[in-house]
Formats: sequence, structure tokens, C-alpha cells
Amino acid sequence: MNWQVIFPLIIFVISIFVVGFWSSRHLKNSSNFLQEYFLGSRELGGFILAMTMVATYGSASSFIGGPGTAYTQGLGWVLLAMAQVATGYFTLLILGKKFAIYARKYKAITLIDFLRSRYNNSKSVSLVAAFSIIIFIFSAMAAQWVGGARLIESLTGLSYTSALFIFAVCVIIYVIIGGFRAVAVTDSIQGVVMFVGTLIILIGTIIAGGGISNIISDLARENPNLVTPFGHDGGLTPAYVSSFWILVGVGVVALPQVTVRAMSYKSSKAMHRALITGTIVVGFIMLGMHLIGVFARPILPDIAVGDSVMPLITMEVLPPWLAGIVLAAPLAAIMSTVDSLLLLVSSAVVKDVYLNFIKPSASSKQIKQVSFGVTTVLGILVFAMALSPPDLLIWLNLFAFGGLQSAFIWPVIMGLYWQRGNQHGALASMVVGVSSYIIVHNFAPNMMGVHSVVFPIIFSLLAFVIVSLLTKETIISNSNKLQA
Amino acid sequence: MNHNEIDHNDPRFKIANREALIGVGLVIFNFIWWYGFAYGLGSTPPEEYTYVFGLPAWFFYSCVVGTIIMIVLVIIVVKGFLTEVSFEEEEETK
Repeated sequence: MNWQVIFPLIIFVISIFVVGFWSSRHLKNSSNFLQEYFLGSRELGGFILAMTMVATYGSASSFIGGPGTAYTQGLGWVLLAMAQVATGYFTLLILGKKFAIYARKYKAITLIDFLRSRYNNSKSVSLVAAFSIIIFIFSAMAAQWVGGARLIESLTGLSYTSALFIFAVCVIIYVIIGGFRAVAVTDSIQGVVMFVGTLIILIGTIIAGGGISNIISDLARENPNLVTPFGHDGGLTPAYVSSFWILVGVGVVALPQVTVRAMSYKSSKAMHRALITGTIVVGFIMLGMHLIGVFARPILPDIAVGDSVMPLITMEVLPPWLAGIVLAAPLAAIMSTVDSLLLLVSSAVVKDVYLNFIKPSASSKQIKQVSFGVTTVLGILVFAMALSPPDLLIWLNLFAFGGLQSAFIWPVIMGLYWQRGNQHGALASMVVGVSSYIIVHNFAPNMMGVHSVVFPIIFSLLAFVIVSLLTKETIISNSNKLQA
Repeated sequence: MNHNEIDHNDPRFKIANREALIGVGLVIFNFIWWYGFAYGLGSTPPEEYTYVFGLPAWFFYSCVVGTIIMIVLVIIVVKGFLTEVSFEEEEETK
């Protein structure tokens, strides 16, 4: 065991728990348990908002899988990753004020609350939505846990199972004690760690490689494709790379873990500040992390498992105590994604299934007990799934991303910006989106050279518009009712 | 008792819609800049690449400069074009 590396990590984990306990005081004193546990009572300021969005979104795939793929693919993968800069400003500008106003008016705590209120309290809309969230977020979570456990495993030398166990226990406990506020505040700490960590590792890697020019010429000597936009074997086509603008750029607008944050800001001023901070932090972290992956190649040429590039390069180029501090960055990224996903699935189960369909009259004490219980059970379930992990972390994670986007992008966006859109359109759009995504993903991946998410998003838009227009009468009578 | 109704003529929505359009504009600009430099400069054979600060020029302009430009644009947009509105409900009393 390398105690010089592990010690700073332990300090980091302890400080996370301190935040959890601090937040649990809010939870105890809050008059509205659900609002506080799942939304932090809508009190997020600009900095915390930006950081929690970045940290939630900047997940294992950007810190472990992403740099690993960049290591294999070269600069072309960094180019692809830069599509994510758009998420920094796009999501906040699109959901922005309108979503915040709707969410407050509807008293919505989850994305499903918003969809249900917007689409005439449609039961089928909320059930399909809850189902998609539970399935897809669950697989995203499993991918993250695998990443977290691999990281702890490679740092400490513990077995994968014990690493996973430590990771799981930490996450479950602090989500349960602190709820959304704990998650958002620790996200900010984690966001700062990620930002600083990226900077330090990047500098260390450039120095170890003998300067940027030197690294790039080493890469070009090994394989000229590594310094082109086309990937190590020329396989990254412009169409494929560009289609990632939908998956990791603009489509992020529809991810429930992002939308729930767009409900939680305190004021429009907080949102404005988050726009700037978010764009800077996302841009820097994505560029830095992926460049580290590429630059690691001449320094450590024979890494077999892409996922281990980050921890290995960090321990190679930094002194152990510093490596311990900055390796908290990827761990931070994973934890902060996992905690919000855990909370999100819990909210789907408690708020959208239990309170809506099973026991609407539950007392606040019951709600509390059920919330904690559901969070714990879900945590244990993910733990069980992550025990025998699938090989490619990043693809499992991206599968979930695409599925959620195919389901929610049009019900959310058209729900805000197209008055004619109705519950039938939303339902059709979700069903068509998810099923066509599963079909395309499994049977015709990368159809016409673009990522599997592109066609399902087009199909679900068509479904939304056509079905909404066909069932027009319902809408007209409803809007008459509204004006009356 | 349906207080879920949304007043579509709410003046705040005009602001929100305009800001959403700004977001779309920014993304389109961002994409064109990113794509243009990456594949405009990057499509030549690697032996003919020029380098800026040690990085291939296509990468430097597309990813490094592109990101900085987007940050500057976002700051300009936030400072100059966004309007602060209240999220609370005032029109209930109306």
C-alpha cells in the first residue's frame, strides 16, 4: 500500500463527510423534507450551481474512460470531447429562466413532476418517464461505480470487490445523511479539486514529456494519425465526431440530472454567474483531461487498459503526496456523478412512483423513511451490479446518456417552447425515442456514419410533432380552459 | 383548483425565449468555428502541418482558441444581453 498516496485521499473523503453532516442539519430543520432532500430547497447560488452541473456531468467517462480513449485515439478524441464545451452555456440558456419559472409554478421537484404538470397530469407520461429514468440512470450509475472501484483498486492495491465496497459505503452514507444540498456542496468542492487537479496533472505530464513540441513529435513519429483529427486508424470521420455534438453537447439539456439542477437555482443572477463559471470550468477540464490522455502516450507507451491511464500517469509524473491530492480529482468526479444519480433514481422511485401511484397520502415521517430506505436499497443494488463489471465503461455510460436523451429531449424542450405539444405527443416521443435508440444501438450502430443517438432523436421529434398535431382538439379545448 | 396554469403571455417568457435563441446562436457559431478549423486545417497530410505552441495548428485554433472565444462570448452575452427576472410568482395577485 502506498500510504503517501492514500493519506490525502482519506482526508478528502473525511471532508466530504463533514459536508454531509453539515447538510443534514438543513434536512432536519427543513419544513419541506422532499424539497430539501431532493432539491436543496431551491437555494443554489451561481458558483455552487456551476460546479454541481460540471461535477455531475463530468463523470467517470470524462476522467477515466475519456482520457483512456484519447490515449488510444490521439488528438482526434480531444477534438470530439470539446463538443462538451457547449453544455456549459447551452443547457443553462435553453432551460434557463423558463424552466425555473415553470418548475416553481408547478412546485416540481423532479423532471417527472415537470412533465406531468405540463402534460395534463398524464399518468402514462409519468410512468414511462419514471421507467426510463430508473433503467437508464441505473446503468449509468453502475458504470460510474466500476470506474470508482477501479480507481481505488489501482491506487491502493486492494481487491476490486473491497474497493467497490468502500466506495459504495461512502457514497450511500453521505447521500442519505445530507440529501441534495450535501451533494451540491460536495460537488463544488469536487469541482474545484477537478479543476486544480487537471491543471497540475497537465503541467506535470508536459514537463515529463519534455515539452509540448517534443510530445507531439514523439506522437507523430509513432503514428502520424495520432496528431490528425481522424484518430489512430483514421476511423474518426467528421460525421461521426460531429454527431457527438448531439450526444455530449446540446442533448445534455434533456438529462434528468441536469434538468433537476436547472430547477434548483436561487435567482436569475445565480444562473448568469453559473453560465460564465460553468463554461470556463467545463472548457478547461475537458481540454486538459483529454490532452493528458494523449500526452501520456509517449511517457507511458504500453498501457493496456485505457481506464488506468489517468491514475498511472499521475503517479508517474507527480511526487506521491501530490499524486494523492490530485487523484482525488477523478475520484471526486465519479463520486459527484454517482451521488446525484443515486438521488435522482431515489426521487423517481419515491416521488414519482410511490407518492403518485402507491401511497399519495403518506405522512412526512413515512416519506422520510421511504426515501432513506429506497436510497439504501438502490445503492446496494448498484453495488451488486458493479461486482461483475462490463469491460468498456465509457460505452455503458454513453448508452445511458443516449437513452435518456432520446426519451426526454423533446418532451422537455417542446414542453417549454411549443404550446401545441400535448401529452399524446410527449408519450409517443418518449416511446419512439427509447425503442428506436435501443434498436439502432443494438442492430445498426453508427448508421450512416453518425452516433446511434442521432436518428432516435430525429424520430422522436417527428413522433412528438405529428402526434401532437393529430390530437389537436384536446389542446384547443385545454387552452380555452386556460384562458377562461 | 388548477394553479398549474401557465400564462403564456408572461413578459418573462419573452426574455426567456430570446435568451434561448442566443443559446442556439452560440452553439451554431461554436460548431462552425470548431469544425472549420479542425477539418479545414487538419485534413492536409500530417507532414505538412504547421504548429503553434507545439500543437498542430488545426488543434490549436479549433480546440484551444475556440474554447477561449466561447468563454469570451459567453461573458459578453451574460454581461450585455441577459436580463434579470424574478422567478417568484407576482402575478398571482393580479
